[in-house]
Amino acid sequence: MSDHDSGHDSVYDGLLGEDDSHWAFGTSFEDPLAGVDTTIPDGADPATLAVYCLMLGDDALVYSHRLSQWASNAPDLEDDIALANTALDLLGQARLLLARAAAADASVVPAMPEGSPVPAEDALAFFRDEPAFRNLRFVEPENGDFAVTIARLLVFATYRLALLERLVASADPVLSAIAAKGVKEVAYHRTYAGRWFVTLAQGTDESRRRLEAALPVVWRHHDELFATHPVEADAAVQGVGVDPAQLAGEVGAVLDQVLATAGVDRPEVPSAGPVAGGRGRDGRHTEHLSRMLAEMQSVARAHPLGQW
Amino acid sequence: MSAAVLDARSVAARVTDPEMPMLTLEDLGVLRDVVADDGRVVVTITPTYSGCPAMATMRDDLEHRLLDAGYDDVEVRVSLTPAWSSDWITDAGRRALAEHGISPPGAAPAGGPIALDLLPTRRAVRCPRCASDDVRLVSEFGATACKAIYACRECLEPFDHVKEI
Repeated sequence: MSDHDSGHDSVYDGLLGEDDSHWAFGTSFEDPLAGVDTTIPDGADPATLAVYCLMLGDDALVYSHRLSQWASNAPDLEDDIALANTALDLLGQARLLLARAAAADASVVPAMPEGSPVPAEDALAFFRDEPAFRNLRFVEPENGDFAVTIARLLVFATYRLALLERLVASADPVLSAIAAKGVKEVAYHRTYAGRWFVTLAQGTDESRRRLEAALPVVWRHHDELFATHPVEADAAVQGVGVDPAQLAGEVGAVLDQVLATAGVDRPEVPSAGPVAGGRGRDGRHTEHLSRMLAEMQSVARAHPLGQW
Repeated sequence: MSAAVLDARSVAARVTDPEMPMLTLEDLGVLRDVVADDGRVVVTITPTYSGCPAMATMRDDLEHRLLDAGYDDVEVRVSLTPAWSSDWITDAGRRALAEHGISPPGAAPAGGPIALDLLPTRRAVRCPRCASDDVRLVSEFGATACKAIYACRECLEPFDHVKEI
């Protein structure tokens, strides 16, 4: 932080040399949409567009944070790096989507103290309480073992790729551009998870046992991916969003392709029911999210005037 | 075209990528536009990947270099569309990558629906050290968002490959 100026020699001084311009921290270069035209397209309601962007952005943010918890804990270095890179791609998508939400309707951004330098995307990520998060419950649970992580990533990446492929046609040029970039990234995530899924299924008795135990855990929240929230329905009607119910066929076909290759049956488990009459898109979440946010938001909330 | 415009373009074109410093932003294909008018410059760049952590540093470096070159008002804008493609890496950039032990990307996949392929990705990759084509994919994810990790069976050296997107 900029107020931490003790005058001590830093062990990093040698890295800087004479030129401190290598370091962008504390500069004004935070807005990922700097210079992008964020005019609302004709026929779109700004409030609907903003909440829709929060939904897709929160999916990416929460799942990114969850996947990043594998850093230094994965089975080997290559998978540590793969999961961290996947998390980084999703974090980038989250930043763009939260910034787009704030640009569409500033009223979704929590009020910050006078003089706070916290940009809108950070205010959304770090200063909203749990009920204001609109992500699917699917992305919230603890990672579990590597098999649970791979099974969840396979389903999520398959769902998100199908969604982003359609979102390229959004009437909102910003959402369209974010989707077109995301398609290229999430295709790699799906491939990574699909190959590991088959490897675990066809690997050792232990890897197959773990994968078969993982599927029912992940599948509890599977149906929620395709349950259309009124905001998603409105966004689809306005031409800016995608009705997730339309993704079920394609996602199911891709998952069946992987399951068939792996020689694993599609799990039949009851779906997780609503909480207090709602699901993730309504701001009703599992207990996993509150614990995640408590950790993720604690430092930012302790320093609402902090310059990073 | 005035001399000032050329100058701003050439200054911006010489700024290097912070994560692959053998490449200029122009070689990498992220420098999309430079417009100079008297002392004011507007530079447009595009991210390689959505989460590319080098974006802020690129923007900061561009501003510093252009201010050092005598411009007093520098704005760096982001362009998200069309999305960056590894096809935009210039021939000079590809040579620079190979000279520094990084395998340059092949042709990016065509658009349209992406079919799931559960077999290892096939690429015509050669080891940048010994030029052998007897290489194996170690991981589709590497030290930066844009690279995969390969290993050469001939000289046994691991190396990075810039992914096709």
